[in-house]
Amino acid sequence: MSPTENIDHNRRQVLSAATSGLVAAGAVSLFGSQASAATADDAVRPFTFKASKSDLDDLRRRVAATKWPEKETVSDDSQGVQLATMQKLARYWATDYDWQKCEAKLNALPQFITQIDGLDIHFIHVRSKHDNALPMIVTHGWPGSVIEQLKIIDPLTDPTAHGGSAADAFHLVIPSLPGYGFSGKPTAPGWNPVTIAKAWATLMQRLGYSKYVAQGGDWGNAISEVMALQQPPGLLGIHTNMAATVPPDVSKALSAGGPSPSGLSSEEMHAWDQLIDFYKNGLGYANEMALRPQTLYGIVDSPVGLAGWILDHDIRSYQMIARVFDDKPEGLSRDDVLDNITLYWLTNTAISSARLYWDTRHKLPPGGFFDVRGVKLPVGVSAFAEEIYQAPKSWAEKAYVKLVHYGNHPKGTHFAAWEQPALFVSDVRATFKSLRSA
Amino acid sequence: MDTTETSEEINEDRRRFVETTAAAIAAAGILNLLPPPEALAADDIRAFRVNTPEEQLVDLRRRIAATRWPDRETANDDSQGVQLAKFQELVRYWGTAYDWRKCESRLNALPQFLTTIDGVDIHFIHVRSSNPNAMPIIITHGWPGSVIEQLKIIDPLANPTAHGATASDAFHVVVPSLPGYGFSGRPTGVGWDPDRIARAWAELMKRLGYTRYVAQGGDWGTPVTSAMARQKAEGLLGIHINLPATVPPEVAAVLGGVAIPAGLSEKERAVLDALRANAKKGNAAYFTMMTARPQTVGYGATDSPAGLAAWILVHPGFSQWTYGADPKESPTKDDVLDNITLYWLTNTAASAARLYWENGARGSVIVAAAQKTDEISLPVAITVFPDDVYRAPETWARRAYRNLTYFHEVDKGGHFAAWEQPELFSAELRAAFRPLRSA
Repeated sequence: MSPTENIDHNRRQVLSAATSGLVAAGAVSLFGSQASAATADDAVRPFTFKASKSDLDDLRRRVAATKWPEKETVSDDSQGVQLATMQKLARYWATDYDWQKCEAKLNALPQFITQIDGLDIHFIHVRSKHDNALPMIVTHGWPGSVIEQLKIIDPLTDPTAHGGSAADAFHLVIPSLPGYGFSGKPTAPGWNPVTIAKAWATLMQRLGYSKYVAQGGDWGNAISEVMALQQPPGLLGIHTNMAATVPPDVSKALSAGGPSPSGLSSEEMHAWDQLIDFYKNGLGYANEMALRPQTLYGIVDSPVGLAGWILDHDIRSYQMIARVFDDKPEGLSRDDVLDNITLYWLTNTAISSARLYWDTRHKLPPGGFFDVRGVKLPVGVSAFAEEIYQAPKSWAEKAYVKLVHYGNHPKGTHFAAWEQPALFVSDVRATFKSLRSA
Repeated sequence: MDTTETSEEINEDRRRFVETTAAAIAAAGILNLLPPPEALAADDIRAFRVNTPEEQLVDLRRRIAATRWPDRETANDDSQGVQLAKFQELVRYWGTAYDWRKCESRLNALPQFLTTIDGVDIHFIHVRSSNPNAMPIIITHGWPGSVIEQLKIIDPLANPTAHGATASDAFHVVVPSLPGYGFSGRPTGVGWDPDRIARAWAELMKRLGYTRYVAQGGDWGTPVTSAMARQKAEGLLGIHINLPATVPPEVAAVLGGVAIPAGLSEKERAVLDALRANAKKGNAAYFTMMTARPQTVGYGATDSPAGLAAWILVHPGFSQWTYGADPKESPTKDDVLDNITLYWLTNTAASAARLYWENGARGSVIVAAAQKTDEISLPVAITVFPDDVYRAPETWARRAYRNLTYFHEVDKGGHFAAWEQPELFSAELRAAFRPLRSA
């Protein structure tokens, strides 16, 4: 990683320097800033990334030199990521794929680093040209990154160019989780959803936002929900695309391996079936990362090892990605998939990102990832059919006392913002419409 | 088998072949004297030698030298997995000073064979005792082991008088590589679960001409050996296991989240607490992942030597291992690297992991009901090694195995008992099987 940083002890000066750079580049308009004097620690430094040629050459060389296992002994995906898919991915990765296109896309956006609790936090910060835009912090999960969010930036910050009205505008803050992407890698335990949620509130405050909303899926959901529980000053509500709505009796039945509680509606029964399958067959990677993240040396040393581990996040997103490498039209492209994997590779964050599972398991009270947390702030939910489970409206209504929006979509997997940006944007706008006047 | 050369012989008279082989071994000490193959019969037994092409060893060393490392774990203990500093030291040694050829010579000093059973080539070491009345025994390794775990017990078992035991304790020793492991073939279809492997082992013993024999196993060797007993394999007199499936239903339920039952003895309660602590510590995470997604595990472990080594060393059987810091400890650094290098050279990371997937819904290998121990009527002998995955209490063992003929908790040794305490392990097998010899 070779970040170019403009270190400056006076944040206002940094901000205005950054702002003029951005205005010149046409990327964003004016910057929000805070009146108070800055200290060195809370400086916000502009950031760009350029991978070295030797790193890119080394990656291609490693992919080309991959030693492969034999084909799985089944004709489906029940043993994991299939050899044919991996080999198609590797062939494209080693030959036609071009990371520098992704790098150019990232560097066209205003990116920054600021230190919070001793750790460098990287974030994209795009301000809308509409002054009354609602600030929103959008959090990715594993195995995602800020790359998941790139397609929603324009529609959300510049709604009039994308079928929306000026009243739908957002200022967007898209951080990289600690240990992920261009953020720093923690060297000690302690970064879990509780501490990250607090850091995000600090970040929004540092950017001068006194009223804002939060959005997330995967870990981004956990963090956004924990923020809603912490109720930092200024947080008005959240939107989630991986809602935690599983009622206590269902959660208990799930951890016992079934049977399902009686009286579930057909929609709830469908969610049950998805969940029980995930807990029985799909939780291996999360288990490994929660218990033994440091054992995953193979995904740090082997690009194909990393790609296989990332593709196997959940069965339906894997199947979608496998179709992408079979040249079927899907919401993601081969480049999308490889941009994200290459980001993990170049930043060497396979294990530091996995540690979020370990840190969470060791620092939070027990409770399923999908269990109701008791959020009291307003919540909007997008329930995509091909997510790990599609949260039924009946559960969402019970999980969130102020459910302000519920969107139900027949197509779309775990990576909603990346794969179905239009539906995602429309749900986010609908969720926060009523909170803007508050 | 891309890493090896085999010399094969056809012989319609299997018994004569076995004797010829034994004589040849005695004469030359190695097995490369056999003529080339002519025609293959289905149940042929072909001599086998390991002969790794030098370029594979060069490639391995090159990959090790080019290892890309993660940053150090953020915990000050091994709770996040194999720790970077001591792991790097081991891998550095592997890439520079370690010598696979020594292991190859040790293997090739033993009579090794291949035979095709149920469509898969089965590799095995076969050492006959000089005592014609020796008891034949088939010994099965597990994951992440191999025949390399058993090398130190072969001589004590086959040649007891050289190890302070009597000639009447002698064994003819058969040590196969599991399908998908080591020099055995890698199945290309599904179905190679412990039950099927057990049937293959019975066929192997029959093919070797053994009509009365015993079987032994730990780790996956236990389900395989126990399945042979359940199936009442022809000629099988009894079994010895060192990772028994004794956990009773009410205790298994606790591990699944149910309240602790009343009436556990102090000892049983201690074992239960240890099992729960293990589960909490995460010692079974690799088990979950290999059961669900062996192919996904396979990519990194196949392409990265360090990835393979770390995945193997995460097994709780290595949790007390000193990484060679104690030179007197068995297995030594070279022993462990022999085993890891065997997985690497035979490219069996994914195929070996698949045994977990094949076991699948059958569940835990230590739970009595999951392993259907109540269906075993043949004599069962158990040695409990104190540092194994759990210390099976005799009370549970008696409930699980109705014909328990031998139970002994020894004072040292862990999961890789034959590797760690070969003399003690051999003494246990002699004692366990002595009553079955006169039968």
